[in-house]
Amino acid sequence: MNLDFSFLADHWQSYASAAWITLQLSFFGVLLGTILGIGFALMRLSGIWVVRFLATAYIELVRGTPMLVQIFIIHYGLTQFGLDFAPFQSGIIALTINSAAYMAEVFRAGIMAIDKGQTEAARSLGLSKGMAMRYIVLPQAFRNMLPAIGNEFIIIIKDSSLVSVIGIAEIMYTARTLQGNLFLPLEPLLVAAGVYFILTFTLSKLLGALERKLRNQ
Amino acid sequence: MIKVQGLRKSFGKLDILKGIDTEIRQGEVVVVIGPSGSGKSTFLRCLNFLEVPTAGEIVFEGQKIVNKQSELNAIRQKMGMVFQHFNLFPHMSVMENLTLGPRKLKNMSKDKAEATAVDLLRSVGLEDKRNAYPDSLSGGQKQRIAIARALAMQPDVMLFDEPTSALDPEMVGEVLDVMKKLAQNGMTMVIVTHEMGFAREVGDRLLFMDGGNIVEEGVPREVLQNPQHPRTQDFLSKVL
Repeated sequence: MNLDFSFLADHWQSYASAAWITLQLSFFGVLLGTILGIGFALMRLSGIWVVRFLATAYIELVRGTPMLVQIFIIHYGLTQFGLDFAPFQSGIIALTINSAAYMAEVFRAGIMAIDKGQTEAARSLGLSKGMAMRYIVLPQAFRNMLPAIGNEFIIIIKDSSLVSVIGIAEIMYTARTLQGNLFLPLEPLLVAAGVYFILTFTLSKLLGALERKLRNQ
Repeated sequence: MIKVQGLRKSFGKLDILKGIDTEIRQGEVVVVIGPSGSGKSTFLRCLNFLEVPTAGEIVFEGQKIVNKQSELNAIRQKMGMVFQHFNLFPHMSVMENLTLGPRKLKNMSKDKAEATAVDLLRSVGLEDKRNAYPDSLSGGQKQRIAIARALAMQPDVMLFDEPTSALDPEMVGEVLDVMKKLAQNGMTMVIVTHEMGFAREVGDRLLFMDGGNIVEEGVPREVLQNPQHPRTQDFLSKVL
């Protein structure tokens, strides 16, 4: 077997800009997903059943349908309703609604794992429900959830490869294009895998460092 | 100061409190004793609505407590509570534990809140622990910090829910000493406890609870030495 990576001499910039786009997609997906996810988690813990139901329905629907189908629906299907997103926008929306659903469950579990006495102590001082959540429960929950959040970051980076199907020039799309243009079946994909691995491995090391820092505090 | 009328609390089909009537007067130290499951902790937790009563009413300083969040938050600022398991905030230093309430709820400046906190830490003998985190403290120290945290809100009444039950025996004394000092300074206190000696020495009035009712009440020394009700006699014969 002969592997020929000489194409990289001419095409490494394509991978670099593709990696940058993957990073942007993942960054916004995770950031917006985390914010929405906290919202859905709080909704699931609400005392009002309609609110709880809406959040549960959202989470089940998003988790229970393939992201590839969601991507096509968002990008092509919604044009029926006059919603015509640019590919990059569709990509971020798809990644966001998915990470929100999974993050919501991570946050819910994290919040529920905090001893009830913490909330009671906060409430007994006169803090409102929201303040108790913000100052007492969430900071503690966040520390415990860091490994799970890191996991979700990594999943999002990898899942972002799916949005190549709507023509976003991220890593996977770039690899597929080079495959076709250069008649190289394997090498561009191996490079893509390598770039993804560098991104996820770096992130996992950074999160590990952050976790250690928080533990030592 | 706190008037309790016809207080009932049920969890599903289980009736924990079956109609409690009593009054806590200004400056009074009321000790609540009774077997486990008698409803004494639930009674205490109903006073600041950590448990919402099923029926009956609590009137605090002339104001009927209703289950409305904004009013409850204001009322709870005046009712300090100390828990069996301390419930200190582990992600905050001792100083932050003490200043959180005053700063967020009374808009006190950081300097002023910390000055008050230092005074309180001195009064519970833990001035040197201001920068420590709860994990590094002993049980007795944690509970003294928890008392100081509640006092930082300058409450009118302090509720204690078995404050020494989770402590190693050698640490019970230091916590009771702090509570005794508090009582001597005129703080109104309601204390659920198993410490009969403390109840006798510090309590102005003792409530004996059993099966969701106040079965007997009176001056602690008298009730403990000469219980009238058979349930009280039975309980005291087991614990004394």
